[in-house]
Amino acid sequence: MALATRTARPPSLIGSVWRSTVGKKAVMAVTGLIMLAYLVAHMMGNLKVFFGAGEFNHYGHWIRTVGEPFLHREWFLWAARAALSVSVVLHGVAAYQLSRRDLAARPAKYAHKRPRASYATRTMRWGGVILGLFIVWHVLDLTTLTVNPNAQEGRPYENLVASFDRWYVSAFYIAAMLALGLHVRHGFWSAAQTLGAGSPRRDRALKFLANGLAALLTCGFIAIPVGVLTGVVS
Amino acid sequence: MNLTLRIWRQRTPEAPGAMTTYEVTGISEDMSFLEMLDHLNEELILSGDEPVAFDHDCREGICGACGMVINGRAHGPERTTTCQLHMRHFRDGDTIDVEPWRAAAFPVVKDLVVDRSAFDRVIGSGGYVSVPTGSAPEAHATPVPKAVADLAFEHAECIGCGACVAACPNGSAMLFTSAKVVHLNVLPQGAPERGSRVLDMVAAMDDEGFGGCTNTGECATACPKGIPLQSIAHMNREYLRAVVKGGRGR
Ligand code: FES
Repeated sequence: MALATRTARPPSLIGSVWRSTVGKKAVMAVTGLIMLAYLVAHMMGNLKVFFGAGEFNHYGHWIRTVGEPFLHREWFLWAARAALSVSVVLHGVAAYQLSRRDLAARPAKYAHKRPRASYATRTMRWGGVILGLFIVWHVLDLTTLTVNPNAQEGRPYENLVASFDRWYVSAFYIAAMLALGLHVRHGFWSAAQTLGAGSPRRDRALKFLANGLAALLTCGFIAIPVGVLTGVVS
Repeated sequence: MNLTLRIWRQRTPEAPGAMTTYEVTGISEDMSFLEMLDHLNEELILSGDEPVAFDHDCREGICGACGMVINGRAHGPERTTTCQLHMRHFRDGDTIDVEPWRAAAFPVVKDLVVDRSAFDRVIGSGGYVSVPTGSAPEAHATPVPKAVADLAFEHAECIGCGACVAACPNGSAMLFTSAKVVHLNVLPQGAPERGSRVLDMVAAMDDEGFGGCTNTGECATACPKGIPLQSIAHMNREYLRAVVKGGRGR
């Protein structure tokens, strides 16, 4: 029979979701929201730095012992690291594949040029690449301490101050946090759209929340290198 | 009015095209953009040149055939179709760039004419409702709440012109597809295929080589019928719902 309709659905649901542009965007939205939730907690914890070395190092120690005695030492930490690593990879791979597709879908440019979409929207791709590179450096600097000038295990406060005492490190960090703010500003609202949470009634609230989260994260994270450079944190 | 037009000329789908400059004189501000092009074409024919090919049919803003990018905007500076755009929105001495829709899924046929049959295949994959044959059903057999009827009608206004795809930096057809999906999915008549419709139409849209949505909002700004950007969120909701339900109807 010459039926043109699609009769058989692809066997695997996960596969068909990943193959579709809408499904892949949903993966990006969920992983983005996971990372965003982490960032809010990460920022709040890091602001402990303004209460001195004792409190900050104690917080760093606590992260390793959360859940004890139910969990073994560092289990919580490694579970969080695993979830974040999976999120970063899925988010990045989906973004790369979708971007390739998007660029191929518009091979010829218009001769009459004009800026399309807002600045935050247009910088999502390169902003995302910058954030990816930032994460690599950030982990090498303050988690593995590979490139940290102080590099003392169990002394996150001293390591942080030693790193941010170099103005160019602080400058790179601040630039990355501005990129983060732009990324979150479009990304949060876009994730809400992708997951179907957007509606004419909720649009203003979602945009407000996106801008609020972006401003909060950017200001909160930037406060730390500024604190070190101005000597408030030393 | 006297105008300088820079129009994309391309003889065949394979031939390389180029922006070509024409001077037109004696344009009335009451002319529509298409009438202005008719005027140019008459002069081109008289001088033995090939007229500019462009799509048009109803010339009253309801068929969606006319479509061109004017000064970088789909359908030009006003929120309307090109046939309903009047020359009073331009000034004497203006230079106007006229280009075809640009998208991999809409290959140029000639000059400003593109092949939009990709849209037909997306519609064919799910833009229908199943009805029993026989005599016409009683009109009040299926009550539709006013709010639902309004929502469906808002989306039914889509004329499939393709301005959303042309405006989208990703050449995405999400606004078009969401207009079609939402139009039928919110109505009781469309309920039996509610799940399969959205899955099939999204799959067909992807198969045609349209890009993905990055929520830039360019499509809804360009849409001559005012299909709202939130339609895309609505379709995403329908898609995820269908996935969770395993692709069945209702
Ligand atoms: S010619 Fe029908 S909408 Fe313009």
